[in-house]
Amino acid sequence: MNIHFEKRKTLSRKALVLVPLVSLAASFVLTGLILILFGANPFATYGAMLKGAFGSWRAWTETLVKAIPLMLTGLGVSVAFRLKFWNIGAEGQLTVAGVATAWVAIFWSPWLPAGLLLPVAVLVGAAAGALWAGVPALLKTSLKVDETLVTLMLNYVAILFSEFLYYGPWRDPKGFGFPGTAPFPDAAWLPRIAGRAHAGLYVALVAALLLWVVLNRTKWGFELSIIGNSQRAARYQGIAVERNVVLAVLLSGALCGLAGSFEVTGISHRLQQGLSIGYGYTAIIVAWMAQLNPLAIVPVALLMAGLLVGGDQVQMVMGLPAAMGLVLQGMILFPMLAGSLFAEYRVKVYKNPAKAAESRAPGGA
Amino acid sequence: MFAGSGSGGAARRPRPASFGKVRIAVMKDREGHAPTGGTTEAARAACAPEEAPGGRLVEMRGIRKSFPGVQASDGVDLRLDRGEVLALLGENGAGKSTLMNILVGLYRADAGEILVRGERASIGSPRDASALGIGMVHQNFMLVDTMTVAENVVLGIRDLPFVPDMAAAKREILRLSECYNLKVDPDAYIWQLSVGEQQRVEILKLLYRKAEILVLDEPTAVLTPAESEELNAVVKRMKGEGKAAVFITHKMEEVMSFSDRVMVLRKGKVVAEKATSDTDPKDLARLMVGREILFRVEKGPFKPGAKVLELRGVSAIDERGLPALRGLDLELRSGEILGIAGVAGNGQRELAEVVTGLRPVTAGSISINCVDTTGKSPLEIIKSGVAHIPQDRNQVGAVGDMSVASNLAMKGYRARPLSAGAILLPGKMRELAKRLIDLFKIATPSPETRIKFLSGGNIQKAILAREIGACTSLLVAVYPSRGLDIGATESVRKELVAERDRGLAVLLVSEDIEELISVADTVAVLFEGRVMGLFPAAEADPEKIGALMAGMRERGEETTP
Repeated sequence: MNIHFEKRKTLSRKALVLVPLVSLAASFVLTGLILILFGANPFATYGAMLKGAFGSWRAWTETLVKAIPLMLTGLGVSVAFRLKFWNIGAEGQLTVAGVATAWVAIFWSPWLPAGLLLPVAVLVGAAAGALWAGVPALLKTSLKVDETLVTLMLNYVAILFSEFLYYGPWRDPKGFGFPGTAPFPDAAWLPRIAGRAHAGLYVALVAALLLWVVLNRTKWGFELSIIGNSQRAARYQGIAVERNVVLAVLLSGALCGLAGSFEVTGISHRLQQGLSIGYGYTAIIVAWMAQLNPLAIVPVALLMAGLLVGGDQVQMVMGLPAAMGLVLQGMILFPMLAGSLFAEYRVKVYKNPAKAAESRAPGGA
Repeated sequence: MFAGSGSGGAARRPRPASFGKVRIAVMKDREGHAPTGGTTEAARAACAPEEAPGGRLVEMRGIRKSFPGVQASDGVDLRLDRGEVLALLGENGAGKSTLMNILVGLYRADAGEILVRGERASIGSPRDASALGIGMVHQNFMLVDTMTVAENVVLGIRDLPFVPDMAAAKREILRLSECYNLKVDPDAYIWQLSVGEQQRVEILKLLYRKAEILVLDEPTAVLTPAESEELNAVVKRMKGEGKAAVFITHKMEEVMSFSDRVMVLRKGKVVAEKATSDTDPKDLARLMVGREILFRVEKGPFKPGAKVLELRGVSAIDERGLPALRGLDLELRSGEILGIAGVAGNGQRELAEVVTGLRPVTAGSISINCVDTTGKSPLEIIKSGVAHIPQDRNQVGAVGDMSVASNLAMKGYRARPLSAGAILLPGKMRELAKRLIDLFKIATPSPETRIKFLSGGNIQKAILAREIGACTSLLVAVYPSRGLDIGATESVRKELVAERDRGLAVLLVSEDIEELISVADTVAVLFEGRVMGLFPAAEADPEKIGALMAGMRERGEETTP
């Protein structure tokens, strides 16, 4: 038998759908091997994960709590990725937005009408996320500074700055030394839907829909597609490449920022440790698994959130490290990357044994 | 230690400067002397050409290969003897490249067999082919830009030691390049080389692997006329040593000058096989297309109107910051095709780019329809009715991963009927695409197909369809028929003339002198960013243009920059 890869003349739509699904299955198998190494029964473990993530109303709401920031950051990074702008700074943009939202919620409340406090806090947060992403965008478009490094490094700046604030000047004097600001006034609390799941869910769903429309049905989206495919072609079509890249990255940062704003107004109601727990990095996996399609990001984010919540459950029920959920997440990316090959190539198997023998002979390998 | 850089100076010299001399060498060649430039007697002795035994090198029998929806090879028989150059002629999509990709192991035939030196061979990969002495120079070179010539040559060789003996490799490369007059510096990086030099590296790679059967896929498409002559000399030399070559082309003149035998393919089948001496270009063109071809383009009388484009003392620099245009003056009126002749790299691309606003001018002024457009953005210039068929159709003219319909809409999407306000209207885009696909006979499975899956000719037709639709005053066409087969070339030329007859001004950049003389009304020759000559196409003669392209004024002296 002789296996060949041949380039496809047309892109396989079937492969586009199958690759993420098969990758997911492959990652479950690979992680299963690791589970066996740890002496755990993979089926029991996955069962516990599933139950922990989706097995009860409470489990569902907790999964949603994690899915909301993953949706928003996933949408955010996917906008930038479509332009081949590798924004891996979602974590920092989320954190900075949390800081800015806390600033408005705590320090503007004395003079801002109560009804405006929440919307203004969220908008300022999104704007802060946008600006945080805007820095690498401007450096890239004006000085060709590599955005991967800048966005990554700015994550640490943002996280350490927020730590400085809640350990230092913003620390709650009545907080018994707990690292965090004073709680926000009630007017800055985001309404909850069920359990801890908050109204940010609606915003995330609307954002996904809007983003799909913008990317697929507007002139600007069309221009972004051209830029993302070939900047030279875009320039030749009279499209202002630099300006549009900056605008799209600002949008990317704003979406990631929304995630941070909703975390502090919807969940913790203060700026405190634990705002940055890696949503911004998981967002990268979410975006790729959804193949940068905004509508696909919603279910993929839900799935990833399920892995996180289910992972916690595994820790409690099975006595395994909670990181198993993260291991599974990481394991998804590898088959995905390998699998994208099948969208562009098809496998041909030649079964002529005589031919195969002949072709092996001179090869010797 | 820069011991190896001695010969590098020559190889790295910018092309325009050395071109005049190359041209002279070629002219000597035409007078009947063997090309001797640079080959010393000692090196010649070291070459020790092997005896050239006759006999069959390759035989392909009943080769069939299909792709979804296409029968690319439909029972093809092919033979190749020692000391022979076989031309494989056919339109784009006739199955020439498929057949050769099967021979070099990139594709597997669905049916049929291959015999090499009389023995059945199973070629499953390019490595298998290489072991059998078969090698191919692809249209898009397979070289690593950031590595040196020598590194590229040894790259991928089987049983290469962990630390290759680069000194020995370089010696062998130098010997081979002396033997075959393929001058190139083994220590130069690929990115430093011109396209012609990169092709020499590809050929050296095959010679280094002791290939006997060379497949050259449209090798002259990227070469200047002088470089083509050099390549011809190299091929002739290999022939003398009993090697053989298959030459994929769709240019009749090349078949005549390079090959001994020609095989014409159409839709995956062999439609004719002849000794080159028994045929002529007209005969071949008819066989290839299946009908008579107009070599002359019919066009109406030359009735120039108002001035459309005016360049006054325009200068510009290229990517490396070197002067590309030096004080250019040009004028173009409506109803006129101004042909720009010149060897690639003498400022043609930069000329097209400054006119369309893609490149800033460093001095001088440009006006379009009597409005100063110097320093205007590409969008402003597009809006003034200027369309542009760019040199690089795959990276610039079209966006490969987007659909045919999207590509056709890339000029019109900004306004009705393709969009309303900020919203795109995909239905209208599809309508437009269907209309243009019919009108321009673009062969595509559907408007939704990604354009990169179309043949080069059909991609060009799509670009042409889009640009002509957007053009209301000036059409800038850069090498519009480069790499196209004869049928597609004919339709592109007809379209340009039709636009001119409609009253548009056309700036046509071409290296094909025939094309310029038959299509253009006025011809300007560019050399090192200057206009060397400007005359009505009716009075142009190819010899004169050729000399001007090489930087030689009428009395024959060489100009010094």
